[in-house]
Amino acid sequence: MSKLYSGAEIVFKCLEDQDVEYIFGYPGGAVLPIYDELKNHESIKHILVRHEQGAGHAAEGYARSSGKPGVVLVTSGPGATNVVTALTDAYMDSIPLVCISGQVPTHLIGTDAFQECDTTGITRPCTKHNWLVKDVKDLSKIIHKAFEVATTGRPGPVLVDIPKDIQFQKTKYVNSIKRKKLNGKIHNKFNQSEIDQLVKLMINSSRPILYTGGGVINSGPRASELLRELVSLTGFPITSTLQGLGSYPGDDNQFLGMLGMHGTYEANNAMHDCDLMINIGARFDDRITGKIDEFSPKSKKVHIDIDPSSINKNVKVDLPIVGDVSEVMLSVIKTLKKKNPNFASSNKEKTSNWWEKISEWRSVNSLNFINSDKTIKPQHAIQRLYELTKDKDTYITTEVGQHQMWAAQHYKFNKPNRWMTSGGLGTMGYGLPAAVGVQIAHPDKLVVDIAGEASVLMTIQEMSTAVQYNLPIKIFILNNEYMGMVRQWQELLHEKNYSESYTAALPDFVTLAEAYGCVGIRAKTPDELDEKIKEMINVNKPVIFDCLVDKEENCFPMIPSGKPHNQMLLGPNDQKENKITGKGKTLV
Amino acid sequence: MSKPKSAYSIPGKKQKNDTHVIVVWVDNEAGVLARVVGLFSGRGYNIESLAVAEVDPKLNISRITIVTTGTPQVIEQIKLQLGKLVPVHKVADFMRGDKKIIFKEMALLKIVGNNVKRKKAVKFCKKFNPVVLDKTNKSVVIQITALRREIDTIMNDLKKTGLVSVSRTGAVAMTRGAEVFK
Repeated sequence: MSKLYSGAEIVFKCLEDQDVEYIFGYPGGAVLPIYDELKNHESIKHILVRHEQGAGHAAEGYARSSGKPGVVLVTSGPGATNVVTALTDAYMDSIPLVCISGQVPTHLIGTDAFQECDTTGITRPCTKHNWLVKDVKDLSKIIHKAFEVATTGRPGPVLVDIPKDIQFQKTKYVNSIKRKKLNGKIHNKFNQSEIDQLVKLMINSSRPILYTGGGVINSGPRASELLRELVSLTGFPITSTLQGLGSYPGDDNQFLGMLGMHGTYEANNAMHDCDLMINIGARFDDRITGKIDEFSPKSKKVHIDIDPSSINKNVKVDLPIVGDVSEVMLSVIKTLKKKNPNFASSNKEKTSNWWEKISEWRSVNSLNFINSDKTIKPQHAIQRLYELTKDKDTYITTEVGQHQMWAAQHYKFNKPNRWMTSGGLGTMGYGLPAAVGVQIAHPDKLVVDIAGEASVLMTIQEMSTAVQYNLPIKIFILNNEYMGMVRQWQELLHEKNYSESYTAALPDFVTLAEAYGCVGIRAKTPDELDEKIKEMINVNKPVIFDCLVDKEENCFPMIPSGKPHNQMLLGPNDQKENKITGKGKTLV
Repeated sequence: MSKPKSAYSIPGKKQKNDTHVIVVWVDNEAGVLARVVGLFSGRGYNIESLAVAEVDPKLNISRITIVTTGTPQVIEQIKLQLGKLVPVHKVADFMRGDKKIIFKEMALLKIVGNNVKRKKAVKFCKKFNPVVLDKTNKSVVIQITALRREIDTIMNDLKKTGLVSVSRTGAVAMTRGAEVFK
């Protein structure tokens, strides 16, 4: 007779069989049996966070930087509700997470028991799928299925809710990992004729553009290699969404920079005027398209995505291709090479006018800003951070707001999985715990959270986690004492009525750092900035870097609400002539 | 002055709304109906009627029939989003006017009134396979099966014959002929 295992043991057996090395969590009454079992499983290390939201974001950071699913363990009731923000964040940005939550014993479910909540009900809209385990015999099957659902197709979070009595009950363990991806939810349904059509469009196009997104990162490092090959093979210009940064080298000449609301002038204008748009693993998000009925009016649109429901959701496309972007790009490259071996050179002439136009837009130098020798400009701070860390294979996380956009604009990424930011949900407080997770996955790498002082205070408690596990994360705060993006919108839309966007009582971040047992550094002037950044890099401890920046600076360029791609605000002078009026004000 | 209309939300051209019947085959497990219905409410889709019951007790498959309205783009999204749910096996979509499809709804109608009125009521229902399920000397309960609009009409007609209570199911659908939706 085979051995019987308790539910708690089965949880760990599953995690071991899934090669899980780290779990991020916080104990509580309804998960105590699982925590009791932790000591018997040396290959799995538990990272104790200070708040369950932090566990979720740390697992996201871990997943995004390593390509492996992040695992979260929380208790019932408040433990589960606290992780909801992180699950929703992972759902919006397609990050594979497996969240295991404790639940009150089955006989108490529905009685409003202590720390009971309808966890599967609450998390149903923010997970790919969730399970309430009612029979211990189903447990191993469900956990393995949970990993499968989280990591296949378009990745995303899942949750397994395990009542406490199930954690004690005993049964046999069944290893049911499916090695083959036979699940009907996986869509690699494209065929050669679609690839042929795409290649034909590419050959005929004189104003093409590649628009790539997070799907390229999610598809794995091979996708980035294939993308580079495709770009050099075609000679096409390429732009990327916020989530796609790093899949193509940010300092390459064919790269036009990020597109969208705070994208570059050249990227947005190229999107507007192109005759062929090839969307690879992006989803026509509203931050990208701007005004949808004036979005790229003259182009044929091709959309490559693994999720068929992303296609024709926001923008109607001419050629949808459903599949893993790696597979599709591989087919395109093969077909293109066969049909037209020296496409790049023959295509050069055809697209020369287009490239001329692009360099005209480029010469506007839309990321430019007026630097100062008295106050630190936030853009300047990020540029210096980039220059001083670019040779180090640095991992960057961010919070949400102006600093996030400046980081996306001015920090150039050369490799995938180096850039972790909350794009879809826009979660302030994401970056610090995410940095914890990234540093866990890459203990010897430099991990910097480019933060704003308002965002970082939402999850500042995780500094304590960083100290506990000796994680030398660097929290680089662009401190302007305002919720900068809120203030910018109030300036543009609400006649400078800065309602509640100024934080009147900020902590002293240097002494705060010391209180946590890490290092605090403050930079006040441009002169001392470089030295201080170097100091930060050289400390082998967690650092809070308080960079006092210009309080009034706004993030440009910008597509204002209600405007299409070709009507960008380029800077403070532009904004007077190009005011947002009427219904544009009501949009977010 | 510029004309700042919708930007980050609404598409410019409003398409026409059509009524569709969506049939979904799902695993009959706890919470599956909540997943389907939650998807509709969460994404702002409309549900006109809903009928659900297990159809294969061996394989534990339930069949959900949803009548919904939306633009072609929305209907397409509904199908694709439903297809992504883990317990969903397949999704079928029929236009309400489709001749190849049979749609039926059932209604129970309670009439209270004198003999003349009750007889009149049964007569009104004649076209819709009336079955008298319960009879007293004051009342009658009639079961009919018909299309939604037909039931709407007959309810109106029966007002004068003493209709006091109506209970209706959502529509169920099936293809005509030997064909089965795969």
